[in-house]
Amino acid sequence: MTGKGGVGKTTVAAALGLKAARAGKRTIVCEVAEQERLASLFGEKADGYHERELGDGLFGISIDPERAKKEWLEYQLRSGTLAGLLGGSRIFQYLTAAAPGLTELVTIGKVWELAQLQRKTPKAAPYDLVIVDAPATGHGIAMLRAPQTFSEVARVGPIHRQAGYIHQFLANPASTGVVTVALPEEMPVNETLDLGGRLKDEMGMAIDRIVVNEMLPERFSAAEAEKLESAGDSPAVRAALTEYRRARAQRSQLRRLRRASDAPVATLPFLFVAEFGRDQLEILADKL
Amino acid sequence: MNKVLARKDVCICAGSGGVGKTTTSAAIAAGMAARGKKVVVLTIDPARRLANSLGLPELGNEERQVPGDFGDGELWAMMLDAKRTFDELIQIHAPDEETRDAVLGNRIYQQLSNAVAGSQEYMAMEKLHELHQEGRYDLLVLDTPPTRNALDFLEAPRRLSTFIDSRSLQLFTMPGRLGLRVLGRGTGVVFSVMKRATGIDLLQDLSEFFRSFGTMSAGFRERAERVNSLLADSRTAFLLVTSPAADSVDEAIYFHRRLRDQDLPFAGAVVNRMHPLAGAPGGPPSDELLGEDLARKVERNLEDYRVLAERDQRNLDRLRKALGRKPTITVPELDDDVHDLTGLERMNEYLFRP
Repeated sequence: MTGKGGVGKTTVAAALGLKAARAGKRTIVCEVAEQERLASLFGEKADGYHERELGDGLFGISIDPERAKKEWLEYQLRSGTLAGLLGGSRIFQYLTAAAPGLTELVTIGKVWELAQLQRKTPKAAPYDLVIVDAPATGHGIAMLRAPQTFSEVARVGPIHRQAGYIHQFLANPASTGVVTVALPEEMPVNETLDLGGRLKDEMGMAIDRIVVNEMLPERFSAAEAEKLESAGDSPAVRAALTEYRRARAQRSQLRRLRRASDAPVATLPFLFVAEFGRDQLEILADKL
Repeated sequence: MNKVLARKDVCICAGSGGVGKTTTSAAIAAGMAARGKKVVVLTIDPARRLANSLGLPELGNEERQVPGDFGDGELWAMMLDAKRTFDELIQIHAPDEETRDAVLGNRIYQQLSNAVAGSQEYMAMEKLHELHQEGRYDLLVLDTPPTRNALDFLEAPRRLSTFIDSRSLQLFTMPGRLGLRVLGRGTGVVFSVMKRATGIDLLQDLSEFFRSFGTMSAGFRERAERVNSLLADSRTAFLLVTSPAADSVDEAIYFHRRLRDQDLPFAGAVVNRMHPLAGAPGGPPSDELLGEDLARKVERNLEDYRVLAERDQRNLDRLRKALGRKPTITVPELDDDVHDLTGLERMNEYLFRP
């Protein structure tokens, strides 16, 4: 799942996870880039790099690239001792800390590992569905592209081979789907349309579903708004007219998105609450 | 805002995603231009949002003047092309044509500079530094990627120095196994384990890359240090942009702490999309005027917005407490999206409120 920053990707990822878990799929939602907001949405304490259960059949993990890198080395060298030696080496630290893009590669590599029927992590059970709360549009694409990039750089050898597997897995519509979250506003809609083009050009992938988040209710009709315009200024009238104008602007952005995009568009309502919790996620899961 | 940015050369806008950072950067630049300054706004966000905010169809790696009436001031904008900036740097630093071509033609370099996330941040700092050196503008406004990445960007100059650090370079630039002895015993083992993990071909490419890059390392390091001192300069201002939602306020507080720890010049915060507290005088209109149905709906709607307004106020108080005496400027949620110069002007009624 990707989309412009601030559109509610984590919330929608969590709601989708709930929905999938309810349908009997063993599901895990992955946070990346040091985000740890999922657990607190479910009223739990954040717990970092662990596959932890958040609900019936629903798990969460925040992928730490350092840990993922170490795991990959251990698997690669089939030896914890050698991996420790390499991981602790100053040269290796220099190279990997400074090489941009390696973080993205090991992160998406961990996602791939979670999605394998035969997990590389000892004794770990497989998942039916892995949901990735990916970074915002531009960095999201960079992450999706990382395996391809590294596969090309390495030409031969283990990095080439494995990055190649991961790329094939991501680019295969039978195994991987892309959900974009947007808000019904000018710039998020533009970015969603832009993302569709870039996914196609750079990865040969397509957006499978767009979720437009935070749709305001249409509480007031045009006739009512007209009545309110002449009702004199008060906080109540101002709030009502703001609601009317924003809801109308949202509908026109939603229409624009639907016209210009090939992918089907689903919507989620704006919830008037101070903070989000499990109850709100349940409501959104119902609507998805 | 005029006061916050008085006697400043550089304004860096940072914050988490979706809080209106790009729009705020553009509005500040337009506002300062309207006050007689020659201003350029740079975006390093990989998504092309700034052009949108400025009503320009496309921005490039060169600054472009934004048409509009700014009196004596001028507004310019550019979107960073990381690959081209990187190439230009290589051209500046390469000691000879041969080295230049070797680096530009190296596959590792091409992937680094082209495809990989992170190089955007490196290059933004370079461009900022370059524009500052040239001195053609009164004020540079920099729009940055979301907070977690913004941390990368703060560390970009240091990371670049590390990348080309002479100690790791020596390993590759010395012939054969000699280089491996530089770091002492055991390094040979590390090298052979590394081969197993990465494949020999990748190591050869890396080695070649470092060999040609090595001749330029001193130049790069010196530049990185100059970029660092520009960031810490008293004529630079870091502005935190946030929404009043709890998680983005958390990020802003976290980022503020980072700035303080690194002695970087924090100047204030902008809080966008506040729901105004509906406590102003003027009671609700009577049932007779609207009819009972509509009056109920209006009332319920007000209740809903009050929940949001109270939440916003709580989070704002929390932010103000954490930021101490530095100013916090609020912008209310506007009826329309801001995506052109007229919208920016509307935003500036709040940002530049006397």
